[in-house]
Amino acid sequence: MSITEVQFQAQGAEAAQAAGAPVEGRSQWQLTWRRLRGDKVSMIALVVVVIMIVLAIIAPVFASVTGHPVNAAYPIQGENDAGNPVGPFVNGFWLGTDSTGRDLLVRILFGARISLFVGVVSTFIAAFLGVTIGLIAGYFGGIIDTVLARFTDAVLAFPYVVLSLALAEAFGPSLTIIMVLITFFSWAGIARIVRGQTLSIKEKEYIEAARSLGAGPFRIMFLDILPNLLAPVLVVATLYIPQAIVFESTLSFLGLGVQPPTPSWGNMLADAENFYQVAWWYLVFPAIFLLITTLAFNLLGDGIRDAMDPRTERLVAARRMRRMRDKKRAALLDGQPALQNEQEA
Amino acid sequence: MAIAGYIVRRILTGIVVVWLVATVAFFLFFARPVTTVARQLAGHAATPQVINEVITNLGLNQPIMTQYWHFLRNLVHGNLGYSYFRQEPVNTMLKQDLPATASLVIGAVILWLIVGLAVGIISATRARSFFDRFSNVAVLIGLSMPVFVIGELLIQFVFQPLNTNGFTWIAIGYSGITSGVGSFIGHMLLPWITLAAVQAAVYTRLSRGQLLDTLGEDYIRTARAKGLSERRVVFRHGVRAALTPVVSQLGVDIGQLLGGVVVVEQVFGLGGIGQVSVQAVFQDDLPVIIGFVIIAAIFVVVANIVVDLVYATLDPRVRIT
Repeated sequence: MSITEVQFQAQGAEAAQAAGAPVEGRSQWQLTWRRLRGDKVSMIALVVVVIMIVLAIIAPVFASVTGHPVNAAYPIQGENDAGNPVGPFVNGFWLGTDSTGRDLLVRILFGARISLFVGVVSTFIAAFLGVTIGLIAGYFGGIIDTVLARFTDAVLAFPYVVLSLALAEAFGPSLTIIMVLITFFSWAGIARIVRGQTLSIKEKEYIEAARSLGAGPFRIMFLDILPNLLAPVLVVATLYIPQAIVFESTLSFLGLGVQPPTPSWGNMLADAENFYQVAWWYLVFPAIFLLITTLAFNLLGDGIRDAMDPRTERLVAARRMRRMRDKKRAALLDGQPALQNEQEA
Repeated sequence: MAIAGYIVRRILTGIVVVWLVATVAFFLFFARPVTTVARQLAGHAATPQVINEVITNLGLNQPIMTQYWHFLRNLVHGNLGYSYFRQEPVNTMLKQDLPATASLVIGAVILWLIVGLAVGIISATRARSFFDRFSNVAVLIGLSMPVFVIGELLIQFVFQPLNTNGFTWIAIGYSGITSGVGSFIGHMLLPWITLAAVQAAVYTRLSRGQLLDTLGEDYIRTARAKGLSERRVVFRHGVRAALTPVVSQLGVDIGQLLGGVVVVEQVFGLGGIGQVSVQAVFQDDLPVIIGFVIIAAIFVVVANIVVDLVYATLDPRVRIT
């Protein structure tokens, strides 16, 4: 915090006290929320995420309103004379049907349940593991730290699809395998960040104070250090959710994940590939839902990161840009020597 | 001499890594009872005698350590075993399918580096311009989209309309370079774009951020003050320094690249080693999968050594010891 900011706050506090209003400190979370609320893109992303979650929860409502259960095939209304899927708004199928004449909208919404569940739950487990292991490695150091560093390097470099192929072959493809794999490939990244933060926080004075008061290592780790780590972990976790969703859909696309007839965006898109000549909607609608969901999580994650840290690239870049533009303008006013130089060089 | 020693050491640790991966892969053989595998091969109606015969033929009844020893000995001789399903050596299968995979990887890497770095550099030098905003949005969409969706959308909205209108140069499937360069490029163009798209997004974002940081450094101001042309400042002083983190990112991404290869081969029916491995999963053909896993591990190790050497060449502060 710069001196001017401190002075400014002091003045503000005095003014507030003069007005008789009590001064309330704002927590980091309140400040973040205020900044986030001012960011239009993030708020739209947040609304989209909430809508997706609500749609996934009320998916059975759509099934009963349209009268099309999720796995029910309609070979007569849902397929045309050639046996191909029918398009949007034909015979009461809002987004058309899939290859066996099932309601595409209902299946997309049930697919959203799988995607969001896998994305959120595996990221949550990964964050829990990552925070615990990262804290221990950062706080105690030594052999745990070395093992963690080597392991993280190995995980980050190893092709996950290849490993998934091998595991799906050995244990048979299932939702559980997918979630284990996602967790396995995500926790190390979180642990690495937590470890770095722990290393710097544990040298702070208040930790020394806690230790001198007789606090044990676990009390310090979980009560004194952990609360300061939640912000970066939240940012990383938000950005891991879309990755997990993409991962699940990719494995299901390859046939290694969620198995039909359970709908998942990945296995729907895999089936849709065989019908690209006759049913564009079968490919386009699941793809749009998938893209909107991952894009919303990505935008929200970027937004939270910017809101947590006011010195973000976005703001810094804008400032630098302004400086560069001024410089260019100044160069133009000076005549054209800069241009001539360039031609000579 | 220091470099020779470094390379030798890296190769030795690389061998250890490949051995570890191979060992883990080997024990996947025993994740399920051997009779399941044998029954798959012998057919559902097989009598217990036939199943036992299959098990003996495959050597699955020997003690695990004996099998492990055979496996390692074969591996050192460069023999990856026999495919259960196709009854031919895994080596032959992989060798046969390698050209398709190699064409895909090489073309896509070139494309993504050119596009990613070019867009990143232009965005950074014109930060906040219309081009920059547009590319930022494109990058976010690229990051949010699974590889296979990009491929499918290209098939739906590029390949399909072109082909129905008689423009058949752009095609899907694989056509070797020996059957004509024109048709080779026509077949590979969409796969290249697909595989390059997501990675290009990552590199655009990374090189833009790095270059923006670098251009704010004092020595860049000094370079400008010396009266160097803007182009010289950006490329000689800026890009070179900004490039080093991009190169180290390349080491991390090479593993991810193989995942993308599996998906793209599947989408476009290229029939490379990735697609063969996916088929192998459904045929319970474990030797093929393990062969692919080991090849992938070797590829990742070698590529990482190369990347680290390039890194040291680019950044004189990095000393190889």
